[in-house]
Amino acid sequence: MSGGSRSTDVIVIGGGIHGCSTALHCALRGLAVILIEKDHAGRHASGVNAGGVRQLARHVAEIPLSNTSMALWHRIGSLVDDDCGFTSDGQVLVAEDEEDLGNCRARVDDLTLRGFHHEELIDSAELRRLVPAVSDACPGGVVSRRDGAAIPLRATQAFKRKAAERGADIREGVRVTRVSRDGANWRVETDDGPFFAPRIVNAAGAWADRIAADLGEPVPLEVIAPMLMITAAMPAFIKPVVILRKRKLSFKQFPNGTVLIGGGYLGRAIRDENRTVLDWGKLATNAKTVWDLFPIMRGAPIARAWAGIEARMPDDLPVFGRSARHEGVYHQFGFSAHGFQLGPGAGAVMAEIIATGSSNVPIDGLEISRFTNH
Amino acid sequence: MKTIAEIGLLAEQYDIAIVGAGPAGLSAAARAAELGLSVLLADENPAPGGQIYRAITTTPVTDRSVLGEDYWKGGALIARLERTDAVYAPGCTVWSVAPDEAGGFELGLSLGGQARLVAARQIILATGAQERPFPIPGWTLPGVMTAGAAQIVLKSSGLVPGGRTVIAGCGPLLYLLAGQLAAAGANIVAVLDTTPRRNWLAAIAAFPDFLRSPYLAKGLKLMTQARGKLPFRTGVTSLAAEGTDTVTGVKVTRGGATETIACDALLLHQGVIPGINLSNAAGCAQAFDAVQRCWTPTVDDWFASSIPGIAIAGDGAGIGGAESAALRGEIAALDAARRLGRLSEAERDEKAAPTRAGLARSLRGRRFLDLLYRPAEAFLAPPADETIVCRCEEVTAGQIRDTASRLGVTGPNQMKAFLRCGMGPCQGRLCGPTVVELIAQVHGVSPAETGYYRLRPPVKPITLGELAALPPTEFAVKAVVR
Ligand SMILES: Cc1cc2nc3c(=O)[nH]c(=O)nc-3n(C[C@H](O)[C@H](O)[C@H](O)COP(=O)(O)OP(=O)(O)OC[C@H]3O[C@@H](n4cnc5c(N)ncnc54)[C@H](O)[C@@H]3O)c2cc1C
Repeated sequence: MSGGSRSTDVIVIGGGIHGCSTALHCALRGLAVILIEKDHAGRHASGVNAGGVRQLARHVAEIPLSNTSMALWHRIGSLVDDDCGFTSDGQVLVAEDEEDLGNCRARVDDLTLRGFHHEELIDSAELRRLVPAVSDACPGGVVSRRDGAAIPLRATQAFKRKAAERGADIREGVRVTRVSRDGANWRVETDDGPFFAPRIVNAAGAWADRIAADLGEPVPLEVIAPMLMITAAMPAFIKPVVILRKRKLSFKQFPNGTVLIGGGYLGRAIRDENRTVLDWGKLATNAKTVWDLFPIMRGAPIARAWAGIEARMPDDLPVFGRSARHEGVYHQFGFSAHGFQLGPGAGAVMAEIIATGSSNVPIDGLEISRFTNH
Repeated sequence: MKTIAEIGLLAEQYDIAIVGAGPAGLSAAARAAELGLSVLLADENPAPGGQIYRAITTTPVTDRSVLGEDYWKGGALIARLERTDAVYAPGCTVWSVAPDEAGGFELGLSLGGQARLVAARQIILATGAQERPFPIPGWTLPGVMTAGAAQIVLKSSGLVPGGRTVIAGCGPLLYLLAGQLAAAGANIVAVLDTTPRRNWLAAIAAFPDFLRSPYLAKGLKLMTQARGKLPFRTGVTSLAAEGTDTVTGVKVTRGGATETIACDALLLHQGVIPGINLSNAAGCAQAFDAVQRCWTPTVDDWFASSIPGIAIAGDGAGIGGAESAALRGEIAALDAARRLGRLSEAERDEKAAPTRAGLARSLRGRRFLDLLYRPAEAFLAPPADETIVCRCEEVTAGQIRDTASRLGVTGPNQMKAFLRCGMGPCQGRLCGPTVVELIAQVHGVSPAETGYYRLRPPVKPITLGELAALPPTEFAVKAVVR
């Protein structure tokens, strides 16, 4: 793919699900795109996450983007010519006690008032029907029935492949070292020479703060390393993804029987070396939660554990939209461990904003100015 | 030596932790302990010796000539360790090695169904070699196993495969094993040698060194003994195991002609490669060794890896054989002692000098063997589409080639997302090298450019229950759970 033009309409920095999705949607709108990725597409958070496609329990500021995304997930095959391993068996938030259930009720009522109906309160009977293996002590919960899960690396690469098919120039193994103004263009300096475009998208994940800093918009981005583990195949016993509110847990069984356990315990990220270090003490706590909730899992062998390098913002919400300082600069990062589901929709909305100047999907509360205007 | 049978009896911290009680680990542990360091030697096997000296303290094989004189040399290494204060934990799997916040390392260990985290200031990985995967059509049939697996059964239980046995493959160990099995009473109906004839051309340049090597006499003896007594067939270019429920024969192509040899057991062997699971998962850099045709961790003259504080000794850092493994263990231990401040640089160098001379001697001639016994292309990247490459997930060579070309998958880590090869219970230990060769072949690049799996801990499975019951360490108690 190299050897093509160095000037284009849009340069996307970062080949995660967000960069690839934005590149695809820009290309679908007829814009010429170069996507620059320092490793390979999906190498980081987008390729190693839990694959949870979850609308359940999202912050209200994210819900419109999440809804847009969900519509795309349900026709993902026609969008990227690959089903991305997407299955939709719902996600269930299990209330561990009555107080927990009370909070669930308040949440669902609040969403209803705002006009959102994807989350549904369930009693203990419905909980038992959806998740028979859950411990008897749990009184109910919330379900989001259209939720599900997909295969992260496969999904990210499908977006990349489709973007390339639609003409996007994908440059993997090329690192952006600096961005600066160059007349009407942005000059994107890389270890493979400069690239130029009037519009750039900062989708550099856990490294996005460096690009933002170059642009004079420093952000308090924290580099985190959420951990996951997966077990050997177990007899099929659960279909929906299960999450908790009080304790950290995300729990899912794949069709092949293996069970994914996560929930946001953090290891240590060494981002300059693309490396993470696991914290087995915290994984032990994670395992203890599963031990309590799903007795069937106690003898399950753990096949592997890993962590991904992800960007987190202080309010756990992404930075999404135009730069507060510059014409032609767009930010799309800081997904704080819940950005995989948002990928398809966020790309569509970002491309719409780039191409038309605005979108009907509200993104209030996600602006970069919440960190840069003091 | 203090043998520990219960995980609770381990100390919170050791100066040095050594993983693997083969020749490299045994001598590293002995040397480190002799220098006054507190040493933990952990090994998953029930007794010391590693693969080469497996079961040396417990084997029921009493006729010394069956396993050969070299085997019995292991006893001296163990006797030396026994005279030290080193702590030896048999039956103890090390499932994780990672840096801790204090500049040392945290080891995840399991022993007797219980897991624990233990700290060590220095680490020596001496996890040895594994057999190179050798996928041929039908290799997953019962009755087909690796030659190494047969050797384990022989050493630890004194048993040989029943019925007509065929041994196939390439490499010095093939002859050793054929000889050992025959001496133990196996009915070997054929030894099928797949060594490509043209390897001689490449190897001949390294022959003069080999003439002066310790391998020569041994090798010649093995060869002539094996050849004299056993039904040898050289120039084998293709193999397939046949049978429905169990292996009943092996289809062999030599010189363009194909025949089927009936058998009840088929033992496959295509040489050994470094076992890199733990070093890779620990984050140690590795590179593709074009001569030994395998991935090896990058180490310096002291066998220090790219991660300060982790050394890799013995075959785990490149195949050199038992004698060199023991010497490399010593050298790694001396440098660890230097890093711990127990030896000055000058003292270390002085102590290492004679060992280094011995090491050079023991490695002389190695290159000849590496070049001569380099596996044929057809066994590195199986040509038949139906050949299963990843046994755990039943992924075939054809699927891998197709996915690499049609979907443009350029590396083994990306391949996982499509075919799940390398994601089953063995975590890529058995399919990794083959998957890399196949992808490299499709794209016309070298395995070095294709890359290798990023392996993940735990490198040995532990159960969820074991992990849930992990006693909190001091660090974990202090850490804020978030
Ligand atoms: C373990 C884990 C579990 C998760 N589980 C879920 C889940 O179940 N559901 C969910 O919705 N979300 C989940 N997430 C979050 C989700 O993975 C991320 O929010 C999402 O993938 C972020 O996508 P991205 O494209 O912004 O970032 P990334 O995927 O990190 O992509 C950014 C890319 O930018 C590249 N880059 C950076 N700097 C440069 C530069 N200078 N030059 C060139 N390229 C550069 C990087 O190499 C990287 O590939 C999880 C995350 C982790 C780590």
